[in-house]
Amino acid sequence: MIVADRKSLEEILEMVEDCKKILIVGCKGCVTVCNVGGVKEVEILSSSLKIARKKAGIEIEIDMHTLERQCDNEYIEQIKETVNDYDAVVSMACGVGPQFLSEMYKDQKFFPALDTTFFGGATEHGVWEERCAGCGTCIIHKYDGLCPVARCAKSLLHGPCGGSSNSACEISKDTECVWDSIVRKKMEQGRLEDLLGVTEARDWRSARDGGPRRSIREELVQGNI
Amino acid sequence: MRLSYPANVKIIQVPCTGRVDIIHLLNAIEDGADGVYVAGCLEGECHYISGNLKARRKVEYVQKTLKELGIEPERVAMYNLSSAQGARFAEIANEVVTKIKELGPTPVTNKKQNNAA
Repeated sequence: MIVADRKSLEEILEMVEDCKKILIVGCKGCVTVCNVGGVKEVEILSSSLKIARKKAGIEIEIDMHTLERQCDNEYIEQIKETVNDYDAVVSMACGVGPQFLSEMYKDQKFFPALDTTFFGGATEHGVWEERCAGCGTCIIHKYDGLCPVARCAKSLLHGPCGGSSNSACEISKDTECVWDSIVRKKMEQGRLEDLLGVTEARDWRSARDGGPRRSIREELVQGNI
Repeated sequence: MRLSYPANVKIIQVPCTGRVDIIHLLNAIEDGADGVYVAGCLEGECHYISGNLKARRKVEYVQKTLKELGIEPERVAMYNLSSAQGARFAEIANEVVTKIKELGPTPVTNKKQNNAA
């Protein structure tokens, strides 16, 4: 899923400083799963902002609406009747949400309440870790399902660098060296020679280096199947 | 026991403090409560195993939020006592009211003069 963290209340309050009436839009997708932008978090943000504004003596009216997803126009459309009744709209989705909203509703201002961080999963309750860099050409079959692009600080494809020590990366002792895990797994399975081959230089155009990306599925473009 | 406790403590009963949510505590502050405290069962004695422990974590979350908003986090508190401790209940109520009185009225009033306070 896409993982995000909520911005500080100070930052969000600054964005809505001049607003008297705002709408907070949540998302029932990834950000609900990582407990940062679902129904509950929308309520908490709304109440926190109201408390801050009451304290400052400048009350604010806040409405809430949590959409099924903010990355599909059919759901974005659901607020079309009311979206322009507000001074601004705060989106609690990943970075996709405020942009889809902004593209559909040209006359409204949209603010992000979240900092979108990475594609990852929960390794334990309350802890999320990065697992995918969305580089556009998956090669993890060569590394037994572990991704050196996303999980090696240098995205090395031919083995660990000299900064690997005691299974940890040199950037932080809390960051595992994924190459240590890859080599260990290969050794345990007796397939270390798999790593002897030379991997061709990657074509990073499929990653962000090629500019904004697009995925087209012809069969769906033509209609429902 | 005929124990008395301050009349300005309004009690909201819940089946277990695990039922108390962050938003309930925030709403109380938002609506002008000077303070809110959660009185749960003794730790380790929750009938639902961990309701009171979860409540404590929620209280701590709200305290952190209040701090971020420049409001005294002590306005929200968690206490643990058993239903057989009537005297302790009255003692806690007095303790909380005294503490909140020391802090003064809530700054969440929508009045501009509070900025100066």
